[in-house]
Amino acid sequence: MPRSKIYPSFAAAVADIPDGSTIGFGGFAVIGMPINLYQALAEQGAKGLTCVSNGTRGGSTMPSDAPTLEWLIRNDQVKKVICSFTAPTRASQKLVFSEYYEKGLIDAELVPQGTLAERMRAAGAGIPAFYTPAAVGTELAEGRETRVFNGREYLLEEALPLDYAFIRAYHADAFGNLRFRRSQRNFNPLMAMAAKATIVEVEEDILPVGAIDPDDVHLPGIFVHRMVKIPPPPEGWWPQRPAEIAKQEAERSA
Amino acid sequence: MSDGAKGLTRQQMCDRLAMEFQDGWVVNLGIGIPTLCSNFDFGDKQIIFHAENGVIGYGPLTGAGREDLHLVNAGGQHVTLNPGAAIVHHADSFGMIRSGRIDVTVLGAYEVAENGDFANWKMAGQKGGGIGGAMDLAACAKHVFVAMEQVTRNGRPRLVERCAIPVTAKGVVDLVITNYGLFEITPEGMTLREIAPGVSVDEVKATTGCNLRIPREVPPVRVRG
Repeated sequence: MPRSKIYPSFAAAVADIPDGSTIGFGGFAVIGMPINLYQALAEQGAKGLTCVSNGTRGGSTMPSDAPTLEWLIRNDQVKKVICSFTAPTRASQKLVFSEYYEKGLIDAELVPQGTLAERMRAAGAGIPAFYTPAAVGTELAEGRETRVFNGREYLLEEALPLDYAFIRAYHADAFGNLRFRRSQRNFNPLMAMAAKATIVEVEEDILPVGAIDPDDVHLPGIFVHRMVKIPPPPEGWWPQRPAEIAKQEAERSA
Repeated sequence: MSDGAKGLTRQQMCDRLAMEFQDGWVVNLGIGIPTLCSNFDFGDKQIIFHAENGVIGYGPLTGAGREDLHLVNAGGQHVTLNPGAAIVHHADSFGMIRSGRIDVTVLGAYEVAENGDFANWKMAGQKGGGIGGAMDLAACAKHVFVAMEQVTRNGRPRLVERCAIPVTAKGVVDLVITNYGLFEITPEGMTLREIAPGVSVDEVKATTGCNLRIPREVPPVRVRG
């Protein structure tokens, strides 16, 4: 009987993450983001991390005090980020990440979003590199290898393997077969396939093996190693409606 | 908002671009001003909205209190799904983009050059950048439309001879809407196609930083509602 993939707590699931790990954090605009695992890793304290994520912050569907990559940055746990956003998109916006980046305390690799996804897909598919038309002719392609296929120029990009993927899913069975709901899927299955070990925070009660029809599995359990059921709020972190968040923020500032 | 400023409102700008969408087109809207294109009434046209986070066939924004907390568009706004919608992961979403399934992407920009280059990921003097899916979309969508203000906050032209800040893609922009008018980019250069009500041709020329072809007759920008 193999060891259970179900862990009793987020702390237990991240207890052995070593310094210097490369970790992919799933999610897009909060949806599918491993909010609870961010908190557990901040408390665990591993340092020198390379963090792969679409951006460096949370989003508007989460209370502003909820854990994000910013918690790890403030905690001096992050050595480098690999993201499609490493600067604010509006002049009025300030990123915690930018404070550290501008002082040279954190390194960054800026990658177009489709390339970021495909680099992890490639890692999970046993493909070391690929060519893409994205970023050809831009600053990002300067000094790098390009090649012309059928009259069009493409940029060489290498696979991005991960040590760990931290993701959030809707349904899981005890073997680790996962289903995501709506736009929760985003980077999550790709990061899991690119990682040596995948840790999942699961929204619904973890089901018995076989409870998910094989045709309905979005990510097979062979890519999943540890799972934790997210407790109800306030013990666990959950996305909220904008109106609820606004109400809480108003109460906090009152 | 350009609302209160001269010329078209942001919604009118997006309505005008949305009139160009053809029946059956797959349309990807960038964050910021372009998201307003989905408010346009397309009548009998079937338009399929593609969001880079893998939502194919989303509909209008959700009313307050009715948000599905698992569903947002590329701008992180809660949206609805139209009948026939589908969900894919990020690699499939960008696979659709790179393989030419997107008929048009509408993006915001800091600058557009007369040769179709444009810049929207890095402000002058900024360390790092915000690319998101813009480079993949700009390189691969069949058409690239831009919606932006005519001038910067400091009154400098955004329509320029050559981009001064790092480009997102070269030679890809077909059509630009600003609060001052509708501009088409062809191999011959940039042409003023329509002009915003209340704006003169001289005002457009004075706020444009590149050669602009101006036909003898420039009709007003078509607006609805």
